[in-house]
Amino acid sequence: MSSVIEKAARNLIECENVSLTFRNGRTSQQVLRSLNLQVTEGHIVTLLGPSGCGKSTLLRVIAGLIDCDSGRVAIRDALVSKRMPMQVRREISFVFQESALLPWRTVWQNVILPSELRGEHRQMESRSRCEELLEIVGFAKSDWNKLPSQLSGGMKMRASIARAMSTSPKVLLLDEPFAALDDILRSKLNDLLLSISTQKQCTMLFVTHNIAEAIYLSNEIAIMSRGIIAQTLEVPFAFPRDYKLRSSSEFAAYYGFVTEGLIASTQAMQSIDKQSTLESSV
Amino acid sequence: MRLTARQLVTVASPFAIFLLFTIVWHLVVQTFSIPKIILPSPIVVLQAFWEVKWILLRASWVTLQAAVVGLVCSAVFGSLIAVLFSQSSLLRVALYPYVIFLQTVPIVAIAPLLIIWSGNNFRTIVLVAVIISIFPVISNVTSGLLSINENLRDLFRMQGATRWQMLIKLRIPAALSQLILGLRVSSGLAVIGAIVAEFFVGNSGDYDGLGTIMTAFQALLRTPELMAALIACTLLGIFLFSIVNLLGATLLRKWTKTDGFESE
Repeated sequence: MSSVIEKAARNLIECENVSLTFRNGRTSQQVLRSLNLQVTEGHIVTLLGPSGCGKSTLLRVIAGLIDCDSGRVAIRDALVSKRMPMQVRREISFVFQESALLPWRTVWQNVILPSELRGEHRQMESRSRCEELLEIVGFAKSDWNKLPSQLSGGMKMRASIARAMSTSPKVLLLDEPFAALDDILRSKLNDLLLSISTQKQCTMLFVTHNIAEAIYLSNEIAIMSRGIIAQTLEVPFAFPRDYKLRSSSEFAAYYGFVTEGLIASTQAMQSIDKQSTLESSV
Repeated sequence: MRLTARQLVTVASPFAIFLLFTIVWHLVVQTFSIPKIILPSPIVVLQAFWEVKWILLRASWVTLQAAVVGLVCSAVFGSLIAVLFSQSSLLRVALYPYVIFLQTVPIVAIAPLLIIWSGNNFRTIVLVAVIISIFPVISNVTSGLLSINENLRDLFRMQGATRWQMLIKLRIPAALSQLILGLRVSSGLAVIGAIVAEFFVGNSGDYDGLGTIMTAFQALLRTPELMAALIACTLLGIFLFSIVNLLGATLLRKWTKTDGFESE
């Protein structure tokens, strides 16, 4: 246990000069422009930014679903790509925007699915892990055999989180998971995420455009704008956090600070863009 | 259950139209005293239906068997072809024109040919039913297998799922609702295919389907019985369609049910 401090300082996710251009026939759009991002092991980092700034794309690059054109993406020194080896793939898990549960499978069958795809669903270890996770996210045993169509939006998302954690990943990537939920539900699920991250020591990269959520959840906020990380802010509130934080004046002040930062970096990027288009048109 | 005025209109108006049509039909036959060989009145048709009901029932049973076997073959082979199409874009591109050919070929034109090749028998009837009813299955299931929700596909990819796992655990279950949709269209077509084939088989074989007895009635100029057989054909089509619908409803209701809770 002497290496705890050493570990805490290690970067688990590293993105160096990551660039990606989407080409569609003659038109092309540069989505990521030589982007740099480090995520420390055990931290929750939020990618905050306006729609279309490349947040979700970056998440998919880190998940190994899309290959970047140039640059390096690594998870614990192992390179991430579409063709990465299984042992790297196993470290990463993803929570999708809509809960993405298979409608023909029950809650239990959905949660065991990742283990099933790895051929581990008969092992006691994976089964007990799934059982434990379903309890943590708040499923009564009587609801395990329900189909997704019988669940509320919040419960679907809980099942989806349990599924993502069922393979004990080191990295959990979340793509605006709570965007469709109301505020009360959202804050409940934020607390759930926080408790999971401490219980399971999981590093999380969280995409959202909800500023309060970003502050409440994360150690660091990376403000993203037009394909780069424009600014990284260290959130000054100690863990564990609870609902009282949300109503504190410090929280409100910091909220204002982040909002300004977000606006400033968006505008800065816009003016750079304008300049470069002017230059190129001259 | 209380019916609202709107529901009442929805149920009653088609029925009223039917009633009106029947009355006009009857009046036309009466006033112009049309011979029943040309156009029998609805009452005469109904009487004929009652008189030959056992013949019709037996013929319907024979035709139903052919249509059901044809429909099942379409479901099985159509789905298999769709699976092949979903796995290889080369196969899809190379074979799709011929699948469209199946859809556009005038079945009336190739039925005689099939009879020459395959004989005056049950097999030929089934073959025609399959040819006419397989296209909706192929096209619906193929699109069902290929249009998978992006997130679900990514979920499988992230676990390093194999092609086979993707097919068995994701594509096929997801395409099931499309199969049902295809079969709904195919069920009507299978009945049509069977009856058309029976026209051509005629009385030459030892086969006695609805189409066969219709040609017999026609030869004897027994128009009321011919129209009664027409009613039987329609009922048969509706019957098979309802069976498929029922099957689909029980299978899919649970997945697509949207009523439920709004929040926790």
